[in-house]
Amino acid sequence: MEWETVIGLEIHAQLKTASKIFSGASTRYGASPNSQASLVDLGYPGVLPVLNAACVAMAVKFGLATSCEIARRSVFARKNYFYPDLPKGYQISQYELPIVHGGKLDVELEDGTTRTVGIVRAHLEEDAGKSLHEDFAGMSGIDLNRAGTGLLEIVSAPDLRSAKEAGAYMRKIHALVRYLDICDGNMQEGSFRCDANVSVRRRGTTKLGVRTELKNLNSFRFVEQAIEIEAERQIEILEGGGAVVQETRSFDPERGETRPMRSKEEANDYRYFPDPDLLPVTIDEQLIAQVRASLPELPGAKRERFMSEYALPAYDAGVLTAERALADYFETVAKATKAAPKIAANWVMGELSGALNRDGLEIGAARVTAETLAALLDKIAAGTISGKIAKEVFEAVWNGEGAIDEIIEKRGLVQISDAGAIDELVAEVIAANPAQVEQFRAGKQQVLGFLVGQVMKASRGKANPQQVNEALRRQLGAS
Amino acid sequence: MHTRTLAQLAADLRARRVSATELTRHFLERIERFDRGLNAFITVTAEQALAQAAAADRRLAKGEATLLTGLPIAHKDIFCTAGVRTTCASRMLDNFVSPYDATVVERLAEAGAVMLGKTNMDEFAMGSSNETSFYGPVRNPWDRTLVPGGSSGGSSAAVAARIAPAATGTDTGGSIRQPAALSGITGLKPTYGRVSRYGMIAFASSLDQAGVLTQTAEDAALLLEAMAGFDARDSTSLEDPVPRYSQMLGEPWEHVTIGVPESFFDGLESDNAAAVRAALAEIEKLGATLKSVELEYIGLSVPAYYVVAPAEASSNLSRFDGVRFGHRAEHAAALDLTSFYMRNRGEGFGAEVKRRILTGTYVLSAGYFDAYYLQAQKARKLISDDFARAFRDVDFVAGPTTPTPAFGIGQKTSDPIEMYLNDIYTIGANLAGLPAISVPCGFVRGLPVGLQLVAPPLQEARLLKVAHHFQRATDWHRRVPADYA
Repeated sequence: MEWETVIGLEIHAQLKTASKIFSGASTRYGASPNSQASLVDLGYPGVLPVLNAACVAMAVKFGLATSCEIARRSVFARKNYFYPDLPKGYQISQYELPIVHGGKLDVELEDGTTRTVGIVRAHLEEDAGKSLHEDFAGMSGIDLNRAGTGLLEIVSAPDLRSAKEAGAYMRKIHALVRYLDICDGNMQEGSFRCDANVSVRRRGTTKLGVRTELKNLNSFRFVEQAIEIEAERQIEILEGGGAVVQETRSFDPERGETRPMRSKEEANDYRYFPDPDLLPVTIDEQLIAQVRASLPELPGAKRERFMSEYALPAYDAGVLTAERALADYFETVAKATKAAPKIAANWVMGELSGALNRDGLEIGAARVTAETLAALLDKIAAGTISGKIAKEVFEAVWNGEGAIDEIIEKRGLVQISDAGAIDELVAEVIAANPAQVEQFRAGKQQVLGFLVGQVMKASRGKANPQQVNEALRRQLGAS
Repeated sequence: MHTRTLAQLAADLRARRVSATELTRHFLERIERFDRGLNAFITVTAEQALAQAAAADRRLAKGEATLLTGLPIAHKDIFCTAGVRTTCASRMLDNFVSPYDATVVERLAEAGAVMLGKTNMDEFAMGSSNETSFYGPVRNPWDRTLVPGGSSGGSSAAVAARIAPAATGTDTGGSIRQPAALSGITGLKPTYGRVSRYGMIAFASSLDQAGVLTQTAEDAALLLEAMAGFDARDSTSLEDPVPRYSQMLGEPWEHVTIGVPESFFDGLESDNAAAVRAALAEIEKLGATLKSVELEYIGLSVPAYYVVAPAEASSNLSRFDGVRFGHRAEHAAALDLTSFYMRNRGEGFGAEVKRRILTGTYVLSAGYFDAYYLQAQKARKLISDDFARAFRDVDFVAGPTTPTPAFGIGQKTSDPIEMYLNDIYTIGANLAGLPAISVPCGFVRGLPVGLQLVAPPLQEARLLKVAHHFQRATDWHRRVPADYA
């Protein structure tokens, strides 16, 4: 019997505001514990929350980018539960009336098809602090720097059908919030986190199975692994005649298993009710128009434009527009260089991405700037260096050995385009390889490649390959 | 000197008939002498008061006096005061020293007021008799075997005994007006949002409103003028400009219509009813028309209130967990998390607070929310609509402030429902967010009773004016309990 996995994701994106959602304290990551917690964040007696308008604008931005309805009136509610890193004993969130709802997002899958994933809702809420259970010998430490940081919780419909699809959707949302500049997307720092609701059902049936919720999946890889493993676990239970229990589970990537955290019976009754300290959020047409005007070009539109404006293949355009920073990098190179846009695309997707991956760097930390890469491509276009030599120069610049010209100069990498010098090298190679010359003259055209290679080798890669080719043909009397 | 009103003392200070230091010393001495028998203060801030008074004297000498320069007042211990213990009359906050000032405290200090200390109250403002305080009950200056009303009972007793010329209070269901009536003084609860709630320890956020307990409406106007106004730190505070209340009282009387809900007199003791009717007749003589009005759903106010207020309170009081401040049980750190909370909260809160947390938690729980919380919100809307309808025909709604005069300490503690019914006439104004005032209007068995006037939103100026004219024509508010005269 074939099983189908049904997945919905709840993504928490920390909003990229300077101050918290209900207090003036800074949201900067990594400060010493509790140094960025104001009296409001600490839940002191008598203090009151005041909404940060920037958070509202960011939620609207996300809503507009995902074709959501923007609620003209939304309401903050209190989610009540006790935990030491939740200072007030309740989290200010949105419950019945979220700020945006009812949108969708097209996700391109590996097989080239597109899945439209429903966005049920996205609501504003405050983050909790952190409990630190290590380093305190039998006690817990509480750091409330994160408490009160604005979050946008993005809830998808159960429209995803495999771990891979869930990963693709999560990447798409990740790229989108960064495009929109509403979240820095830093998953190591917890700025972008995900819970997954997973159930399985027999293929062809429509009723949803009993679901489990996998908590705190903080990388794309973990999301895919956890869903894969959890779906297998559920299938095994069902095939063994058992029943899946609705519960919250955690994922242990080291052991490659999911483990129960709490069952439905143990689940908190959050006793949501409208927060009487905050007025309903009202959004007028003017704000929506303002935010709409501030929307950047979104990935889909950019992809189309890259195809038409730069004549890039669909695949290249897709890769380059997956991240706004990568697209911007490419576009800077393409605009600045005399080389063809396709050449620029190859370099960005090849050498640059390779180097970033190898060193585990974000594009913003690339050691070769877009302007430098453009200059390097100009050197190829001008025939100063070959493509192969350019790769060597790229590496050297990346490794901080100096500027392009400096490296070319220092290493003597300037391409040999002097006809006399090339003729000399060609004559030497012809003289040294009589057998191959014979074969060529007998009509074996492929041997020419070998001879070109020999000349290039003799020139230590510096000879202009085009000229070498021509000189060989001429001297062998074949042109 | 102690029987003079704030307004009179302000004139005395400006005329240099008395210095702020003399005045402050005088009231500190009265507190020292009388408070043992009243228990109106939790904390007396003598040193700080004298320093503030000295600063006031310097300003007075330079002719730089502002609205309240040099006038001593007391703050209900629900308002956070920087560097001064703020307990909310709870064991939970017995050790709590606030790092900041409430907006009310800040604004009154800026206007020049001198803080004498922090007054006793029902624990977390939950109570109508001041008997739920961790620091013991407050006694009524008219008869020390009786309660002064609550929850602002320390403030009302202090003003009634003239050990403070005036005091701040808070009113969630009648906590200013009821003790004012039972203590024979004036109590004003402004429109919801007129005064910032920042720094006022929350009981029920959608109902809580800061106000004042004073000898006269004129004094209430002075204090309100300094306290009121928009505060960016309280999202529910109103942006409307603050009128010069104190300047508007003396304006000539304009004809007003006063609505009287006859149902308010049902079951009211005859002497009490007679006192209220006589007061209404007095206002009629000043140039008012009395008109019968019906508030169809007002009977729902007590049940609606005892769902909404505990619901909000159960959530507001969750922050008192012993993690960051407040009471932490001995050896609590060695307990598991649930026991840690249970011990801290079990020891820190008194019985009435626990009752309301339990009630509130229950009405918000899955399966009960619709039947209780949502129904109560609907009732609240109906009651608001009732008042709005009445105000199409009348300028004020008037009646008794309380169903009875002050009752005995311990008399109602065993029956919470009977205790809750004390606020039957006052809760409506909180549910509808309306300004209301209680003024002394007579005596029943030697004990003061109050007349309550409720006005449309932001009509504090007119409310104070009517009360002021009433007080110019009567002297109930000038009566001082014999032991404190």
